[in-house]
Amino acid sequence: MALQDVCGLHNPPLFPQWSAPLSRSFMPEDSTHLSGGGIHGEAFSTRLPGRGGLSPLEFYMPIAEYLTESPINFGQTSLSSAPTKLLEIDHLHPSLPSISAAADTRSSCSGLVACPASPKVLPIHSHLVGTTSGTSADCALWKRILARELRLYKLRHHRRLSTGGAAKLLSHMLHPFKGTELCVAATLCGWDGDDEKHEQPITEKHANTPTNQMTASNSSVVRSRSRICGPRVIYVCSDGLRLQGELFSVGSGSPYAYSILDSSVYWGMSVQEATEVAREAVYRATYRDAYSGNNVDLYHVTAKGWRRRERENLKEEYYREKERERARVAERNAEKKAILKSDDGEIV
Amino acid sequence: MEYLIGIQGPDFVLVAADNVAASSIIQMKHDYDKMFKLSEKILLLCVGEAGDTVQFAEYIQKNVQLYKMRNGYELSPAAAANFTRKNLADYLRSRTPYHVNLLLAGYDEADGPGLYYMDYLSALAKAPFAAHGYGAFLTLSILDRYYRPGDSALSLIRLNKRFILNLPSFTVRLIDKDGIHDMEKLPVADCSDCRAPGG
Repeated sequence: MALQDVCGLHNPPLFPQWSAPLSRSFMPEDSTHLSGGGIHGEAFSTRLPGRGGLSPLEFYMPIAEYLTESPINFGQTSLSSAPTKLLEIDHLHPSLPSISAAADTRSSCSGLVACPASPKVLPIHSHLVGTTSGTSADCALWKRILARELRLYKLRHHRRLSTGGAAKLLSHMLHPFKGTELCVAATLCGWDGDDEKHEQPITEKHANTPTNQMTASNSSVVRSRSRICGPRVIYVCSDGLRLQGELFSVGSGSPYAYSILDSSVYWGMSVQEATEVAREAVYRATYRDAYSGNNVDLYHVTAKGWRRRERENLKEEYYREKERERARVAERNAEKKAILKSDDGEIV
Repeated sequence: MEYLIGIQGPDFVLVAADNVAASSIIQMKHDYDKMFKLSEKILLLCVGEAGDTVQFAEYIQKNVQLYKMRNGYELSPAAAANFTRKNLADYLRSRTPYHVNLLLAGYDEADGPGLYYMDYLSALAKAPFAAHGYGAFLTLSILDRYYRPGDSALSLIRLNKRFILNLPSFTVRLIDKDGIHDMEKLPVADCSDCRAPGG
């Protein structure tokens, strides 16, 4: 591929079918775009891979069915144990609605940690962030395709596509692959609308909603009907499932995170509280789940766009917790000793 | 497990669906609406495999609306039901079958209220009452026992309240000559004081 050519390597790739010429890719309408502007599709089908001499501008799109034969199936051992862990909270503080998205950073492959520092929360554009779960390669690819399509939409229609529209687009793009081994479970967290001056209508609505799941549904109905701007969290799965909601947790560690979130999240949280809860939920999931771990990434999406908190290594948190536990045990032992001593004193 | 129920009265149809959107063992949403409005007086209730439900139901919904735009008048419930059945049957015989179970409920000016039961093998039946899901095993026998064709809306709503199973809440809608009306969402607590209508 490109690096191979630049370095002058002439070894044939290990799995030649993995990098097939563009003319056989599944997106024929974009072939000119992907081949760097040239119409090289036909010429390459006669070339053997590994010959070298390919221009570094060309790159190959892996064909969907070939991905299953690839030895590096990043982050996915079986469909039942999607290894990543991430969650989104759409916390609606009465005056500043926003979204917090957190994820771990471990990519596993057949029981090994293939990458301890992979980014699972990928920004798509200035006001949309997508969290990924499932096969890392699939997620990265589809995120880029979505980003491209959204950029094209913005150029053609002079406005950003809403989060709901982006989710629908992604869902429809994934639909032809239903039944194959493609596995993408993404949560799109975005802010719809133009700018901050539209915040006012939202605050009135959310100030009236108590922390009850019954009325939560009313507020979501209200929001969708009026089509105004604001935060939106939508879960899209390669099965075809597309759900809009306020709180999602996805991945192999998601049940562990759900329990933390269900107990601590409420409407009207502040940003700091939400960050704390998100971090704690990810930490607890990494503690229990083998396929989640290493660091935690936290993104915060507001009307001004997304902001990223520094990546934090959960190893520190683990050791701090051990320290606290040790201190607690020591205290308990000291108390027990004190009680025994006083008992001895009384008996004697 | 997902649950749908529909009951036809003398001049209305009452439909209810549960509100859970689940993914394996986790309930991802507690307030998910499974009803799709095909026209002013037709509702499509759709349960089944995760992505298929929304894809198929939206496809039917858009096509029914397209018919209205092209021809100036709406499809009747019977026509919409047969159209849906034809599409489901065609997809069943292709490489990408849709695994969905449907209830189509509508009110026609000429024919009155109609409830159509359709399963994933595209078997269509017009029925006075119908249900999908594990809950159907329990509720169909109660309906067989207590359903009377001339029942008023109120007695049928009471009957409906009795069926609530392990699912936390339901969306209930009524279709009559004036269109689709939302009834209040029913949580489980409300049904403890209801008893089956006598006789």
